[in-house]
Amino acid sequence: MAEPIALTREDGAPVFLDTQGRHHPENGSLLGFWIYLLSDLMIFGCLFATFGVLGRNFAAGPSGADLFDLKLVAVNTAVLLVSSITYGFAMIAMQARNKRGLIAWLIVTGLLGATFLAIELYEFHHFIHIGAGPQRSAFLSSFFALVGTHGLHVFFGVVWLIVLCLQVNKHGLTRANTRRVACLSMFWHFLDVVWIGVFTFVYLMGSLR
Amino acid sequence: MSLESSTLPNSPIFGRMTWESVPMFHEPILAVTFVGTVLLGLALMAVITRHKLWGYLWNEWFTSIDHKKIGIMYIVLGLVMLLRGFSDALMMRLQQAIAFGDNVGYLPPAHYDQIFTAHGVIMIFFVAMPLVTGLMNYLVPLQIGARDVAFPFLNNFSFWMTVSGAVLVMMSLFFGEFAATGWLAYPPLSGLAFSPGVGVDYYLWSLQIAGVGTLLSGVNLLVTIIKMRAPGMGMMKMPVFTWTSLCTNVLIVVSFPVLTAVLAFLLLDRYVGTNFFTSDLGGNAMMYVNLIWIWGHPEVYILVLPVFGVYSEIVSTYCGKRLFGYSSMVYATVCITVLSYLVWLHHFFTMGSGASVNSFFGITTMIISIPTGAKIFNWLFTMYRGRIRFEVPMLWTIGFMITFVVGGMTGVLLAVPPADFVLHNSLFLIAHFHNVIIGGVVFGLFAAMTHWFPKAFGFKLDDFWGKVSFWFWLAGYWFAFTPLYVLGLMGITRRMSHFDDPSLQIWFQIAAFGAVLVAIGIAAFLICIYVSFRKRDQLRDVTGDPWDGRTLEWSTSSPPPSYNFAFTPVVHDNDAWWDMKQRGFTRMREGFLPVHMPKNTPAGLVLAVLSTVVGFAMIWHVWWLAAISFLAVVAYAIWHTFNYDRDFHIPAAEVAATEHARTVQLETFRG
Repeated sequence: MAEPIALTREDGAPVFLDTQGRHHPENGSLLGFWIYLLSDLMIFGCLFATFGVLGRNFAAGPSGADLFDLKLVAVNTAVLLVSSITYGFAMIAMQARNKRGLIAWLIVTGLLGATFLAIELYEFHHFIHIGAGPQRSAFLSSFFALVGTHGLHVFFGVVWLIVLCLQVNKHGLTRANTRRVACLSMFWHFLDVVWIGVFTFVYLMGSLR
Repeated sequence: MSLESSTLPNSPIFGRMTWESVPMFHEPILAVTFVGTVLLGLALMAVITRHKLWGYLWNEWFTSIDHKKIGIMYIVLGLVMLLRGFSDALMMRLQQAIAFGDNVGYLPPAHYDQIFTAHGVIMIFFVAMPLVTGLMNYLVPLQIGARDVAFPFLNNFSFWMTVSGAVLVMMSLFFGEFAATGWLAYPPLSGLAFSPGVGVDYYLWSLQIAGVGTLLSGVNLLVTIIKMRAPGMGMMKMPVFTWTSLCTNVLIVVSFPVLTAVLAFLLLDRYVGTNFFTSDLGGNAMMYVNLIWIWGHPEVYILVLPVFGVYSEIVSTYCGKRLFGYSSMVYATVCITVLSYLVWLHHFFTMGSGASVNSFFGITTMIISIPTGAKIFNWLFTMYRGRIRFEVPMLWTIGFMITFVVGGMTGVLLAVPPADFVLHNSLFLIAHFHNVIIGGVVFGLFAAMTHWFPKAFGFKLDDFWGKVSFWFWLAGYWFAFTPLYVLGLMGITRRMSHFDDPSLQIWFQIAAFGAVLVAIGIAAFLICIYVSFRKRDQLRDVTGDPWDGRTLEWSTSSPPPSYNFAFTPVVHDNDAWWDMKQRGFTRMREGFLPVHMPKNTPAGLVLAVLSTVVGFAMIWHVWWLAAISFLAVVAYAIWHTFNYDRDFHIPAAEVAATEHARTVQLETFRG
């Protein structure tokens, strides 16, 4: 951390240069990642807005009430929420400098993420199979875009998890690695929050009509 | 050339590519342009090879993560693309000046449509954006007393992604076609049903790829400004240009994702067959128009805010006075930032959202003129009783103030919904936005390039040619666009390649004359750079502070060393360097420390080249290549994260040697 730098010398003369090399700007990775998440949230905002506008344009095709299997989606939601908790355990392990614990919890999180993706892919496949693909109506276009974009994020989150496990295993809990684990943690929880929106606005409210 | 969907080829190996895709074979204008471009390119490569500059370019520029070099590369990109975008403008002006009655002009409508689309896309995304981003990249770290940006590698990557987008747009000129839809590619026209060819796909992929770069550079500069200011520099002690950059990057980070999303929907409509914006199965084209303007309106401010910062720096420097109303300038900037999000619907009052919605957006639009007006008054009051030096940057600034105010007033006029119903899509609108973009953004960029050129290269630009450029631009602008205001009021619509009423021709001829004047202005600027380079010893700036500047970038040498500042400055005042000069700052001569710096890397360039291949393969439906190159992008990006060895220390002895050379230089100068 940067030490405080006096603005004036003891005799009152102004200090114009940090001659002792005390000033070290803080690492900006976490802030930068927050800002990236903000921009990603804007993309989801557009997806939600588009779903809000087009979500009832069924074009005489199936509606959410016809399609959604709420029990399946509830299971999927539970899987994703639990994966956030397991990521929390990973962070606790990291703070305890427990490398093996960290990797173990990351693997559990990744497996839960993969399960979530598998269930989602099954759902998509089922919809497309019964003729309710993204081309069928504007409602389905916006549904697949929103849920699919979230799924794509989870997919790349899992890829990132695998890469991080390898890096932590190879280089240990270095400062660069702990920063990366913290960034992925924010990403993972962010996806959870977005999913809660998807579950509520797309599935629960969609099932009503 | 018309591409019917039924006749589109679809080979598993070559996708949609055939020999027919090369329009040069039947378009003599393109053939000549192509030959010219190839010859020019070969000549350039020959010169580079002859002077053995490839290694220098690769090591010192292409792979550089130095924010100053990246900034300069952005500006070079912007100037090169300006020549292309301006050629399009000249072609349109010529066509409209002659295509009356029986004369159909020299451009067939299909070609003309591509030209006005390319003109808009290039001028906004590949001229104005790179110039503005380049300026922010160069200046922000210097102004806040930092040694680089927060994420130097990302900076290099962002630049090359922007280049990648530009390359795809340029490719469309000689291979295939460009969109013929207008610069925002409204559906359903831009949908598969009405634009089955590759033109819209070129548009979409080039903007998506360049958009990645823009977004990341926005994140980068935001973090830089928030985290890396010199000690003592609180938010209200930042230079105004840094403030406007901060607001601009906020706008970039929250608006570019909207562009990404809406273009992705159009991509899905075109590639997957979804129905977001189609005319059937529940699609809603107005959703596209809304979303694209939720990006598009903030984009206007993304361009103009940094330039407002430029004018603020220039006015206070050349008047030798502290900026009038610093805090009101900051608050005005922040107000504009927020308001720019609340006005997007004024671009389509004619959509028919009803009186109350239109009134809301009409009023918010008019409100924006209040903080903008406050800025104009601040500049005027700074000039008031100042010792004004009419150097070239100050001329541009005064030219801006006069020109921009007119554009602002026609903007308020357009903000009145009933007036807009008459003027929507007319040449009045074209005149209005060229008035604010040329009179505001372009003049400011030329002012900035002239003002900071000695900082970047160590010698000033030639005064005479700078003045020639300014006067031709100023006169050219007014000759080119005043007629369009007149025509627009008479009800002439935009994007026409032919007119029947011969009484209108004189106005288009005057406009064409104006375009020729602007062409001379651009040529004069290029001559200016050449002449100044030849006279560089005469124009040399050895002080690092040729204009008696006020902010920290003038406290270091011209050009600055790679580490910018041997010691981080400590800031007491918002005109930090002025304050240092007033209170008897003296240079350090010893006690130098090693400087911690990031290492160069080719990773950004490699990723951008691979992304260009992804874009190209997707445009031409060469699926196997798209898949392979996309996997390569992901794999290379992951491989790059395994490189932990990203920084080094410049030894204290090297810093001491550099600084000693500068001390000697300064002392020789002072005698």
